[in-house]
Amino acid sequence: MKPKVNLSKILLTSAGPLLCIIGAAAVIFGYYRGEAAVVLSKAVMVCLECIGIG
Amino acid sequence: MDKTYKKGISPESPDAKKPGGKIHKKKKLTEAPRHIAQAVWTAVTNSYIAGFLKGRIYQGDLKKNCVPGMNCYSCPGALGSCPIGAMQAVVGSSGFKFSIYAVGFLTLIGALIGRFVCGWLCPFGLFQDLLHKIPFPKKIKTFRGDKLLRLLKYVIFAVFVILLPMFLTNDFGNGSPYFCKLICPVGTAMAGIPLLILNESMRALAGFLFRWKLAILIITITLSILIYRPFCKYICPLGAVYSLFNRISVFKYRLDETKCVGCGACSCVCKMNDDPTKNCNDLECIRCGLCKKACPTDAITYGFVSGVVKAGKSKLVEPIKPDKPADA
Repeated sequence: MKPKVNLSKILLTSAGPLLCIIGAAAVIFGYYRGEAAVVLSKAVMVCLECIGIG
Repeated sequence: MDKTYKKGISPESPDAKKPGGKIHKKKKLTEAPRHIAQAVWTAVTNSYIAGFLKGRIYQGDLKKNCVPGMNCYSCPGALGSCPIGAMQAVVGSSGFKFSIYAVGFLTLIGALIGRFVCGWLCPFGLFQDLLHKIPFPKKIKTFRGDKLLRLLKYVIFAVFVILLPMFLTNDFGNGSPYFCKLICPVGTAMAGIPLLILNESMRALAGFLFRWKLAILIITITLSILIYRPFCKYICPLGAVYSLFNRISVFKYRLDETKCVGCGACSCVCKMNDDPTKNCNDLECIRCGLCKKACPTDAITYGFVSGVVKAGKSKLVEPIKPDKPADA
């Protein structure tokens, strides 16, 4: 008796690792696009909005 | 606090037998290891001691990196950036209208561990966990409209984290971090209050907005005593994003249906009101592991994709069922 391959389960299982790779690539791309510098410039100043006085 | 589950079918009942016939004893449920992990992670990611001593924040290069949980980057001890704050900073800047960096980070972490972050790596999650341990005569497990209200966090993410910073901009094209500004109690608790205590000049600037945010924090604290993790359930945009990855993340929970006896112990102990027998990777599951501990037959397991599923038990390949019953 041959086992039936469950395609939807295979897709669900492979989506995680695939998205990890895409996410990591996006982080690296965003970093070199200059977004990390924007984050840094905002994060090194006290965020007045965050603490509720901005 | 150690406790044993009480509701559902008792593990001592005949229904709660393993296929082999062995009856399992009640299990002690302790959350101490998780709380220790939460505390250690919070301490590590907020270890800029000078900030707490001098009433200022860390300004080094590490701040360009995001941390997985809700951790305000204006906390005096914070070494990294909150991903929600980072996203609003980039989306609201005049140079970029979309944050590939923050979205990539959320995708990476979400696809790797999903809402494990909420259960194990979020400082504000730990804060709420501890608040809920405060004794109160009548804790609220659920209420009418609970499920509907849980959709609010997705609306908050779309409106306050993405749309408003993107479109409601000033003459220079810069948008405010509206979620941080108008809603987030994390910033008030982790940054606002410590900085205002430590820094006299900032204290003088506190006005209506601070009082508004303080009121939100007080409401959150009060509700956290009554309801388990109200901020995570109804408000948190970070939890909303990670929840979407729960079903497909590399780290996930599994239910072995051949071992499950349907005793209901897992759903009884779940503080997020999930039923692991229906979906053990539900959107609301924060992967605290209580269901796994409560299961009398060890039917719930967790792990990374290739690490847990044993040969012959994988749901990737389902055996063909016979057309007719065997007793025909």
